[in-house]
Amino acid sequence: MIGRVAGWALPLGVFAAVAWAVLALPSPAPSLTDEALAAIDESGVSNPVTAVLLNYRSTDTLLELGVLLLAVVSVWGLRRADHAAAGPESSPLLEGLIRGLVPLLLVTGGYLLWIGAFAPGGAFQGGALVGGAIVLLALGGLTGRWFADRQRLLRVGLSVGLAVFSAVGWVVTAWGSWFLEYPEGMAKTLILVIETAALVSIGLTLGCLFVGGGPPDDLETGDAP
Amino acid sequence: MTGSTVDLFLLVGAALFALGAAGVFREVEALRRIIAVNVMGSGVFLVLVAIAARGEGPPDPVPHAMVLTGIVVAVCATAVALALADLSRRHGSSADDKADR
Repeated sequence: MIGRVAGWALPLGVFAAVAWAVLALPSPAPSLTDEALAAIDESGVSNPVTAVLLNYRSTDTLLELGVLLLAVVSVWGLRRADHAAAGPESSPLLEGLIRGLVPLLLVTGGYLLWIGAFAPGGAFQGGALVGGAIVLLALGGLTGRWFADRQRLLRVGLSVGLAVFSAVGWVVTAWGSWFLEYPEGMAKTLILVIETAALVSIGLTLGCLFVGGGPPDDLETGDAP
Repeated sequence: MTGSTVDLFLLVGAALFALGAAGVFREVEALRRIIAVNVMGSGVFLVLVAIAARGEGPPDPVPHAMVLTGIVVAVCATAVALALADLSRRHGSSADDKADR
């Protein structure tokens, strides 16, 4: 009984402390809205969240793509995907769902990438939809063979976001800018290039994380550890 | 956004954080703990987005960008944690032996 009471005292105490802390914050909050909107014309995009992610604080996003890659490398190092368990399940319902949804998800992902410049959207939202498409394919048992046959392409796709982002960061230094400081007038193009590469990497990374392991070296004789 | 709506979101965020914290400390099984950490994270994201919406005018984009980054990092951390949990289950760690009993 005492254990039960003590068990609930902890979350209640945490709730009280956190609630007090967040309600005691000064209002109106010190905000960077004005700064973010003041430079929006130079940022190359008109959606302030995209401007923060890919211009003002682009180093954060660059390192975030590094985190994505690290996560895939870690998961691949830890285990192999259970392709045997997720064999081709020929259920007409799943097949129909895949046929209908996967193209729609890919097109919507591209659309979200494009509208990210001026409305809520962007590489991460689009990448989440592409990841969802890969999850559907994996549930249908369709990714195992594909991933195993195209390992090099898969690896390039997983790292292209980080590679293109870093390359753009270094290339702009040739115009006398700092690392990742886009030259005037080129911001929109460069952001689109980075986001397109990032979309591919994010989508593939999320899909690979769902599959949950590296592709087997050989599907026929590949014995999972 | 009006102050009372923001306060409601802040309180719900705090409640999610506390529920997640309870799960982290009360649960033994690795999968439940991983889910609990994700619930905690959702609470933090909700608080950050609510903080961004306070005051007049458009919401502050910086916390929104931080939440977007945070969600992706949380997904990655969850995936690695699940792979580790699976590995420890296969090798029969002490924590999961307890859960099986």
